Amino acid sequence: MFIIGELINGMYKDIGEAIKKKDKSIIEKCALAQIKSGADALDLNCGPVSKEPIYDIQWLVETVQAVTDKPLALDSSKPKVIESGLKVIKNKAIINSTTADLEKLEILVPLAKQYQTKLIGLTISSKGIPQTKEQRLELAATIVAYCSEGGFAIEDLYLDPIILPVNVAQAQMRDILESIHEFKIISDPSPKTFVGLSNVSQGTKVRSLINRTFITMAAAFRLDAAILDPLDRDLIDALITAELILNKQIYCDSYLEAYRRK
Amino acid sequence: MAKELIIEKWSNMVSVVEIGATKSEGGSRSGVIKVGGQGTLPCLFKEGAMPNKPVIASEVWDTAPSDWPDGPVSWAEKCLKENKADLVCLRLQGAHPDLGNKSPEEEAKLLKDFLKNIDLPMIIIGCGDDAKDNLILPACCQIARQEKCLIGSAVSDNYKTITAAALADGHSIIAESPIDINIAKQLNILISDMGLALNRIVINPTIGALGYGLEYAYSIMERARLAALAGDKTVASPFICFVGQEAWRVKEAKAGSLEQGIVWEAITATALIQAGADILVMRHAKAIEEVKKYIDKLWS
Repeated sequence: MFIIGELINGMYKDIGEAIKKKDKSIIEKCALAQIKSGADALDLNCGPVSKEPIYDIQWLVETVQAVTDKPLALDSSKPKVIESGLKVIKNKAIINSTTADLEKLEILVPLAKQYQTKLIGLTISSKGIPQTKEQRLELAATIVAYCSEGGFAIEDLYLDPIILPVNVAQAQMRDILESIHEFKIISDPSPKTFVGLSNVSQGTKVRSLINRTFITMAAAFRLDAAILDPLDRDLIDALITAELILNKQIYCDSYLEAYRRK
Repeated sequence: MAKELIIEKWSNMVSVVEIGATKSEGGSRSGVIKVGGQGTLPCLFKEGAMPNKPVIASEVWDTAPSDWPDGPVSWAEKCLKENKADLVCLRLQGAHPDLGNKSPEEEAKLLKDFLKNIDLPMIIIGCGDDAKDNLILPACCQIARQEKCLIGSAVSDNYKTITAAALADGHSIIAESPIDINIAKQLNILISDMGLALNRIVINPTIGALGYGLEYAYSIMERARLAALAGDKTVASPFICFVGQEAWRVKEAKAGSLEQGIVWEAITATALIQAGADILVMRHAKAIEEVKKYIDKLWS
């Protein structure tokens, strides 16, 4: 599983403060802690406190790439913010994210091609969040079709079925899981599949348990990547074990440690 | 329409292990043998890097045959003259409590003579008795300091002393597991936890001869290689296969003509090359010659 660490996000108080005060040390520390715990890439999101996200995203990119060469996910709903981040990025980049709306695809797919980034595609549109598997698949097909017509490699596309909180949309959970599997067979070569995990437990009292239960189930439905909290050790242990059960790792007595060494 | 070859892309490669140190590196070997480095499955030359050919080690013992008048070093010299192996594998069988019980001092002295008279890169194997190996191998590691030998075998119940000795004296190590990928992986982790880099470990997956479980070894080696190429560095070690030892113990090799035994050893070796063997430890000069020809042809 490709793990994107979610913690560099201005909506967290300490990160928001650090962005405001341009305090590099807090960001650096957060970046390195996530990598040490198993993150393969880091998400960068200026959050709601940022008044000037176009500048702040550049500061975040420069701060983080000074301490790691891991891929960075530029996380914004505004294409201009993403483009601004791409201008200064030296590490591999992931665009987080486009929706299935044409006005976003038109800007972000060419950008992803130009900067040779991976692209996260949310199966969502201006009409709202999909309510069924069929709607998710339709939106996924729109994104896939746009990318392949535009010459963007489908293997670099990460489709997100949009997870809803379990306490809000319990009836949709099975559909969401099945969508992950169906995204994989939408084209050959397959797109990658992706979720923003923490949303599933939003507003619940046992967040970590719900997160790790969902991720193990999603792994069985062919999930390739997730944005999550890599410092949640139980979560990462569950994820590693799920991959073991799926025969993606060779068992040995120290398999947890072996995975973390990769 | 012409069919297009689908080429697999892998993210990792087998680690490269170096055996032997020349004068310029502080040793006295005639050359350095490199094994590993593959970026794809065995012999798929079009698919990825295959930078180092499989090599053959000639197995000699610390005791000479009873009808040889001159002792083990001259016997080894005679063997090596006949078989043109890439390296030499000295098995310290005579140290086994039931087979001569030679002392660490005796073995160290013998090794010193070996190193003086034979300049090929060396593999040094203990007698198989854990307690005794823990005495003789450290003594031999010390004598062969700077020579960058390959020392074996570390097993999961007995790896600490051998690893510490290899680590102290600059050697690499053979990690042996009983046709068991899980134990092979665990042992590599345990050894590297002691500070020995993964590129100083060679896996002995344990093999069976042709007709005696060769396919089990094949599937273990294949599984390890697939995982290694997909990114698992803990199993990305080159393989050493004790072909001679296994082939010459089966009744088909012993009961028929000598020629049949030679063929048995050679075919076992060639099958293991297809499985991904990097170092073949062999016994008969004629079998070594045939397998060398086979390797040269494949890699030409």
